[in-house]
Amino acid sequence: MACIEARGLRKTFGATTALDGVDLRVEEGRILGIIGPNGAGKTTALNAMLGLTAYEGELRVLGRDPWSERDQLMRDVCFISDVAVLPRWARVSQLLEYIAGVHPRFDRAKAEAFLAKTSIQLANKVRNLSKGMVTQLHLALVMAIDARLLVLDEPTLGLDILYRKQFYDSLLNDYFDRSRTIVVTTHQVEEIEHVLTDLIFMNRGRIVFQSSMDDFELRYLEVMVHPEKAAAARALKPVQERQVFGGSILLFDGVDRQQLAGLGEVRSPSIADLFVAVMGAQSGQAQGAGR
Amino acid sequence: MSTGSNAMSESLQAQSVAPVAFPATRTFYWSVRRELWENRSIYIAPLAVAAVALFAFSVSAIAGIWEKALRLNLTHPSEAVAQPYDIAAGLMMLTCIVVSVFYCVDALHSERRDRSILFWKSLPVSDLTTVLAKVSICLVVLPLLTFAIIVAMQSIMLLLSSLILLVRGQSVAALWTELSFFRMSMLTLYHILTAHALWPLPIYCWLLLVSGWARRATFLWAVLPLVAIGGVELIVFHTWHFAALVGSRLIGDAPAFDSPDNMFPSGPMTHIAAGTFLSSPGLWIGLVVAAAFIAAAVRLRRYQGPI
Repeated sequence: MACIEARGLRKTFGATTALDGVDLRVEEGRILGIIGPNGAGKTTALNAMLGLTAYEGELRVLGRDPWSERDQLMRDVCFISDVAVLPRWARVSQLLEYIAGVHPRFDRAKAEAFLAKTSIQLANKVRNLSKGMVTQLHLALVMAIDARLLVLDEPTLGLDILYRKQFYDSLLNDYFDRSRTIVVTTHQVEEIEHVLTDLIFMNRGRIVFQSSMDDFELRYLEVMVHPEKAAAARALKPVQERQVFGGSILLFDGVDRQQLAGLGEVRSPSIADLFVAVMGAQSGQAQGAGR
Repeated sequence: MSTGSNAMSESLQAQSVAPVAFPATRTFYWSVRRELWENRSIYIAPLAVAAVALFAFSVSAIAGIWEKALRLNLTHPSEAVAQPYDIAAGLMMLTCIVVSVFYCVDALHSERRDRSILFWKSLPVSDLTTVLAKVSICLVVLPLLTFAIIVAMQSIMLLLSSLILLVRGQSVAALWTELSFFRMSMLTLYHILTAHALWPLPIYCWLLLVSGWARRATFLWAVLPLVAIGGVELIVFHTWHFAALVGSRLIGDAPAFDSPDNMFPSGPMTHIAAGTFLSSPGLWIGLVVAAAFIAAAVRLRRYQGPI
């Protein structure tokens, strides 16, 4: 069974279209990254999956309709939607007690073990913790829940680099076990690059690119081309070209590695490079249509 | 077999027998606990008022004011004896109303204001359970708490006045015979549950609904429509029916007693009229209206996110 299955997912806020017909299938055990510019519809898509917003079209998460069955769905789904949503008046011990009271899959001892590795005390109030500590606390609570799907919406926004690194490290080392599914959106693409198994780019409410990371590494190659070989390289139809000091870097889609090796130094592009290429092509198309 | 594998098989077993869902009562209980953690004024305010009232009573008892009343008003001694107890109870009920109003106006607003609604919604607790837990604060928790505080307060008052009489070498017999403490407590409990829990419920549920709907100035949005309706009625028909209706709901002017002229229902002429109360259309219309407001608030919470 697919963990998430969406067909023709649409959502409008007045005149704005946040989701414009999204088709998506996420199998269990994957780590999917959703990348897109601000206002691309990432958060709206996640909110629809979590039963936080109504939508048009078909959507099943773990076989359930999120909008009408949110409370049942939340036994198997956890989410951290940006930082600082924990109630500021609560004590850490109260949060543990409460979740143990309402969540059948919460392991309080596990949460306390995670917290013991941090400087957070059980008697602390959330309002007295720093932003980074609140995120640590939320992650400890979520990791102690034996969920099948974890949704993270900009989980490290506004955190310093130490907390950000630690966040993904503990997520991978202490939580992910290949039977769980994780969906994550972030602007800090380079941080999750090595974590992902699948990748989606969104723009203007649509999915403009999707690929598994394995395919991505096979398909896309980047070549640093010397000026004298630029013409030959351009004949191979690169999807993007950018100028750097001492030459240009050309991005190729599905061109043989051997063929490229003669033109210059070949390497795998980063997600950020591909993102810029795909979004650039997008806005070019939009401008063409506008003319 | 090593202890490690023992522990593992145990944890596997625990996993397989772990319930898929908790019973609704358990989720409800923890939702109410959450309200008491978040809104500590629910119990701090009544306790503070009770402490102040007890202080005032001890001052007046030591000054002998109520003792004097006992001697002067010999035709109705029990009324005079009961008067400070009634005033204390009335004060607590007024506190209960004020706390309920302020609690309801904020109940579904604060979780949206501080964005914690995203956290609460990430847990397997339905919107219905959450809203009902909030309703139960003013329908059950506050009334019973108020009753408990009143009984405790009146017990202390009784002991205190007995002590003062004994110290002065006077007899406590008159005090203890004229004040039927148990009857007074039972009347208070009945009065609180009818007049201050069931009767004003539509008002409290209206406030809850507005707190879940308004983005800001919840109190204004809650009160203005009522003022507008009352104002239109006054201008068009020159009557006060709507204002009187809302007022009677709020102060708990319920048809719960068969009582001629008592402001506080513990006088000797007061009789419980449970039949009249339970068969009064006002009660049932009020409950239906309250249920409609609750249903609307539950539906609204599904659509609402942080503001």
